[in-house]
Amino acid sequence: MDYEPVIGLEIHVELSTRSKMFCGCRVEFGGEPNTRTCPVCLAHPGALPVMNRQAIRYLGRIALALDCRIPERSIFHRKNYFYPDLPKGYQISQYDQPFAVEGGLSVNVDGETATVGIERVHMEEDTAKNIHAGVSGRIAGSLYSLIDFNRSGTPLVEIVTKPHIHSPQAARSFLNRLKNTLQFLDVSDCNMEEGSLRCDANVSVRTVGDQELGVKTELKNMNSFRYIEKGLSQEIERQINMLENGERIVQQTVHFDVVTGEISPLRSKEEAHDYRYFPEPDLVPLVAAADFIAEIRGEMPELPADRARRYVSEHGLPEYDARVLTSDRELSDYYEESVSLYGDAKTVSNWIMGELLAYLNNAGVTAGECRVTPTALVELLGMVKSGDISANIGKEVFTGMCETGESATAIVQRKGLTQISDTDELESLIKQVIEENPSQVEQYRAGKEKVIGFFVGQVMKRTGGRANPQVVNRLLKERLAE
Amino acid sequence: MNLLRLTAMEALEMMGRDELSAGDLTGAFLDQIDRHEGDVAAYLYVNEAGAREQAAAAGGRGGDRSLNGIPTAIKDVLCTEGMRTTCGSRMLEGFVPVYTATCVSRLAEAGVVNLGKTNMDEFAMGSSTENSAFGPTRNPWDLDRVPGGSSGGSAAAVAAGEAMWALGSDTGGSIRQPASFCGIVGFKPTYGSVSRYGLVAFASSFDQVGPLTRSVRDAALMLQHLVGKDPRDSTSVAHPEEIVIPRDQDLSGLKIGIISELSGGGIDAGVREVFQQAVRTMAEAGAEMETASIPHAEYCIPAYYILAPAEASANLARYDGVRFGLRAQGARDVIEMYEETRSLGFGDEVKRRIMLGTYALSSGYYDAYYGQAQKVRTLVVNDFDAAFREFDLLVSPTTPTTAFGLGERVDDPLTMYMSDICTVPANLAGLPAISIPVGLDGGMPVGMQFMGPAFSANRLLQAAHSTEAAVAFDRVSPLIEEQD
Repeated sequence: MDYEPVIGLEIHVELSTRSKMFCGCRVEFGGEPNTRTCPVCLAHPGALPVMNRQAIRYLGRIALALDCRIPERSIFHRKNYFYPDLPKGYQISQYDQPFAVEGGLSVNVDGETATVGIERVHMEEDTAKNIHAGVSGRIAGSLYSLIDFNRSGTPLVEIVTKPHIHSPQAARSFLNRLKNTLQFLDVSDCNMEEGSLRCDANVSVRTVGDQELGVKTELKNMNSFRYIEKGLSQEIERQINMLENGERIVQQTVHFDVVTGEISPLRSKEEAHDYRYFPEPDLVPLVAAADFIAEIRGEMPELPADRARRYVSEHGLPEYDARVLTSDRELSDYYEESVSLYGDAKTVSNWIMGELLAYLNNAGVTAGECRVTPTALVELLGMVKSGDISANIGKEVFTGMCETGESATAIVQRKGLTQISDTDELESLIKQVIEENPSQVEQYRAGKEKVIGFFVGQVMKRTGGRANPQVVNRLLKERLAE
Repeated sequence: MNLLRLTAMEALEMMGRDELSAGDLTGAFLDQIDRHEGDVAAYLYVNEAGAREQAAAAGGRGGDRSLNGIPTAIKDVLCTEGMRTTCGSRMLEGFVPVYTATCVSRLAEAGVVNLGKTNMDEFAMGSSTENSAFGPTRNPWDLDRVPGGSSGGSAAAVAAGEAMWALGSDTGGSIRQPASFCGIVGFKPTYGSVSRYGLVAFASSFDQVGPLTRSVRDAALMLQHLVGKDPRDSTSVAHPEEIVIPRDQDLSGLKIGIISELSGGGIDAGVREVFQQAVRTMAEAGAEMETASIPHAEYCIPAYYILAPAEASANLARYDGVRFGLRAQGARDVIEMYEETRSLGFGDEVKRRIMLGTYALSSGYYDAYYGQAQKVRTLVVNDFDAAFREFDLLVSPTTPTTAFGLGERVDDPLTMYMSDICTVPANLAGLPAISIPVGLDGGMPVGMQFMGPAFSANRLLQAAHSTEAAVAFDRVSPLIEEQD
């Protein structure tokens, strides 16, 4: 039988506002534990939450970028449960009247564009961070637990997709696209290692053509898109095997072990919490008035698709280049800065798509982390353009710049890589080459003009690649014609 | 001269004329605390040294010092930086807040002297102050009776001459009911007009801070300093009109409705008689007195005892032993630590309400309880809207009985809950209400409650002041009287 996976994603995004969602404490990753706290985010008796307007603006940007409908009124609810990282004993969140609903984000999967529906986008607050001392780092069997409340109350946006995703690859593509969009919106660092972007996935399988959804399981807290893809594949395989064996799938949370690649059940939904949601009486309803939304629309940063269109229409780049360059916020910014310094967009694009991307992929760093800044790249491009060095030498110099962080000029000088265009110096080399290879000279003169390449190669070899290829070509043709 | 008989307005005038020093005034109240606190037990903490210091300094400071030197008691539900704040609970025994409630700061800035923190029902849950983990407070009119609650300590302190006035909080009647039992004035402002920042939450959509005073004008005076938008409380709003001190005038031109559902059956005959006498006096003073109706009044108590505990069940979740307050020792894991801490830290009534509220919010029960109670709340709001289209103000007795005996109702929570029958409607609708003493029944004070439309504090205070003058109830508790 043919099976079809059905996947829905829940993404949590920590906003990069200056202060927390309901108090004035700084939002900051990595600060000394419990130094970014106050009576509000520590839930001292009598403290009250006050909404962060900037967080709502960021939330508005996300909702607009995801093409959502924003009802005029949304409200906050209390989600009640006990855990040491939740100081109030409830999380302020949104429930049946979220900030935004009914959106979508289009994604490219295997060359085809499909829109993944967005169910809702809502505002909530992050918890504190528990640190369990002991071997496993988990609460069970730990010696003691410490709590760092710096994260407590950080603005957190939850994005829930409709179950519109039908393969682990598509899930990964969607997440990449979403992350990229969020980065272009300037609303979050989207750093998965630091937890500013987190993802849970709901997955079920059904036979192709079936209209009803199968029983779903939930993969929680996956810390990279690659693991989400792997975990989903694994879980889909497990579910299909169970169905094939006539077993019943139980609705539960499962854990994907990235080391062993195995899926194990975490807890059954039957023993899930009753969160006892009720309207948060300490906050007034959130009114998204038309002029407030218009204001947010007015300050929306340029989104990747818009940038790509501009690269084609204004910079004259091929669509392919434009799409690659806008697939990553830092890469796109890198490109823009380089173009603004250098001018020739296509040359910049060629270098970024070729040399820079190859290096970034190899080294596993981002464009923003690369030691070669746009300024440094442009210096190198200038040297190639002026003929100081050849394009091939330029590529070698670029690799050196990435490795050492030196400037192009410094590397060219240190290694003596300046291009040889001096005809006297080249003449004597060409003379030598012609004398030493009489049979190739015969071939050339007999009409096999391709052999010219051999002679160019020989000259290049003797100059360590520094000879100006155009000059060498011209001189060779002159000499061989004699 | 018996300084304990003075109102704050009178004391301020005398101090302004240099006929009285702030030090002597505070000294008189501290002496009274010395004499009677052993019997009354109004305070959980007496700030003796601090109060003397503040009084001594009261003369010479700048800024708005318009309440300079007034000896003030503060209900222990309000956070005071550096001064322990227990809410009458073992859970917070020895807890010292790191910040001060906005309403307390506002009074402090105006120069009041902080006499200390007053006893209360644990986390403001109760109507007799017997639910305090630190023992009950006694009624200064009769030490065998309760002072009412939950602001029983504040009411008893004012009635006993142990404070010139006091701050209380009112969730279902917790200012007005003890004011009525102790023969003083208690005002619950419109929801949102006084900041709740630093008021330890019981039921957030009901709680309001307000004054307990010896006169209506004192209540107006304190209220002037309490109202206002606070950036730290999202539910607070700017009071649309400045609070004015009521003038001496009669009640003519006012059409006042007597709520039939709250002044007939269910009200003790003696209370009803004193109330009706006051109604007649008001009519003589020019008011047009007619019968009014709040048709859904009978559903107020059930709705309140679902909604308030529901909010409380969440508000009290933060007392988990993790960050402050009590933590049970010896637990093997975090769940056990929660369970033991909360078992030890909370008293029976608090546990009862947490369970009620948790139940009312549980999946499968939410619609039948919480949802239904919210609908009642809307109906009650509509009832009042309709009544205020016809009447300027509404009146009823504040409580169905006078102060009952200590221990009389502790084992009967339902009868205890019924003491709030007249006061709860104003909390459900978020309306301002004031209780003033209008007479005695069997030697115990009887209160009359006035309710007005939202933000009608000035109208309410003026009518209450005019009635206070017309009724001319001039009795004070024996504990003040004996100092004449």
